[in-house]
Amino acid sequence: MKVRFLSALAARCAQPHLAIGMALVAISMNAFAVLGGSEASVQADRTHMQASLKITPKSAYTVHELTLPSGTIVREYAANGTVFAVAWEGPWPPDLEQLMGSYFQTYHEAVLARSGNNRGRKPVNIELPGLVARMGGHPRFFKGHAYVPEQMPQGVKEEEIR
Amino acid sequence: MKSTQRISLVLLLAICGLGAACGGGSSAKSNSSNTITAGGQNVAAVSVNGGPNNDYANGVFVSVTVCVPSTSTCQTVPDVLVDTGSSGLRILSSALTISLPQQQGASGPVAECLPFVSGFTWGPVQTADVSLAGEKASGVPVQVIDTSTFPVPSQCSAFGSSMNTLSALGSNGLLGVGLAAADCGTTCAQTSSPDLYWQCPSSGCQPALEAVAQQVTNPVAMFSNDNNGVILELPSVSSPEPSVSGSLVFGIGTQSNNALSAQTVYTVDQFGNFTTAYKGQSYNGSFLDSGSNGYFFLDQATTGIQDCTIATGFYCPSTTQNLTATNQGTNGSSGTVNFSVANAETLFNSNNFAFGDLGGPGQDFDWGLPFFYGRNVYVAIEGKSNPGGTGPFWAY
Repeated sequence: MKVRFLSALAARCAQPHLAIGMALVAISMNAFAVLGGSEASVQADRTHMQASLKITPKSAYTVHELTLPSGTIVREYAANGTVFAVAWEGPWPPDLEQLMGSYFQTYHEAVLARSGNNRGRKPVNIELPGLVARMGGHPRFFKGHAYVPEQMPQGVKEEEIR
Repeated sequence: MKSTQRISLVLLLAICGLGAACGGGSSAKSNSSNTITAGGQNVAAVSVNGGPNNDYANGVFVSVTVCVPSTSTCQTVPDVLVDTGSSGLRILSSALTISLPQQQGASGPVAECLPFVSGFTWGPVQTADVSLAGEKASGVPVQVIDTSTFPVPSQCSAFGSSMNTLSALGSNGLLGVGLAAADCGTTCAQTSSPDLYWQCPSSGCQPALEAVAQQVTNPVAMFSNDNNGVILELPSVSSPEPSVSGSLVFGIGTQSNNALSAQTVYTVDQFGNFTTAYKGQSYNGSFLDSGSNGYFFLDQATTGIQDCTIATGFYCPSTTQNLTATNQGTNGSSGTVNFSVANAETLFNSNNFAFGDLGGPGQDFDWGLPFFYGRNVYVAIEGKSNPGGTGPFWAY
């Protein structure tokens, strides 16, 4: 909890060097909050997931694309210094606890709640006020994304998060 | 109720096996769109019903016999879900009365965490001789689903909900008869990073490499004969039904009852996907999956089809939607698919278990079990040749 608070603090920090400093503190404490966290925390993800990184600036946001050793590609969407969405596609899911950071618990509880309605096997579609998460596919191919609606820059649509 | 259903099925098969009023020869039970093979050494009976919990919508189940390798210590496990979306046999330990030998790795016993979209299965990798109908595979690595032998690692539980009990899984196990032979393939032999395979010394489980030959494997690929794929054959379901019967046929072009002739072959990309075109857009992450229980595609915003409020994860249009899409293989072949999506809550309230028009939101197009109704769907295993070419591909 303490660590998540630090990451959130870093995200709000106006000075980039201080934000990075805070993120490094977070790294050393093994916290990798990314969704809703600072853009600098993408670097923590890269390290944790042993991934290569490609950065593509777009008009309303920047896409940080990580390629994991498994071949799965993770895209992190950042605007105003904050990661507002993440997406993944590839043979196996990434570490979603790492990727969703402080939102993971909300996600996990929602996933567990939906499995109570045992009507067979189907994709994940979670729409909560503070978090939207979807995942489909099959073993050897998983495709999904998650975003924080209130942090989406104006005019950005969900279908851009891929 | 379930035993009555089974008796009916046995009776039906027995009658058809005699060639009486079933079309003659080895083919039987014609309906409007496809012919379902009955009987035969390479044919396992399958049934769509509510499963062991009597709560499963659109689940297709089969019985699988597992034996301690090279012994006559065997057990037939009923109600195992037939899944063309994965590969390998997984059985709940609570459904097993025999003890199978444990696979050993360099630093300890091997366990697996297999992520599915709907959750994960966890448990030790053990070895069994596996029989279906008259086919047998020896020394097959299987997953015994069990959270008590080794505790579930946190990286595993992060994959989602635990499908490690009868109530959560809704079946006694999964028979993965998908396009792949081994469940993970070369990725898990080269990196432990997907966190699928683990070795569990007494100090605790750690992610580990797993050679392809040791991985949990589609038993069909290890049959001595008829090992290049399967055909899943189910009748059409035009209105909700409590149960339907069909066949899982082993081999493609290896016997007189599994020829590949008029069907269209759809080859796939490295992920096992083809492209589905819908309303002018192409979706290249599309696939066939008997283990998904509906047509799962796109979302409410894109399709204009309303989400359910009670049966979340399904579509609930006020009137049944009749839709058209086109599937395109990586080989350039294409074919139109007409499909319907009805109100899921209305369907579930009918107290049936087979629904031909159940759908919901998803990524790209996940053609689940409703797609298989009224079709004979061929699943050609990777690297194995058959009269249509070399797998992996789908044909229907």
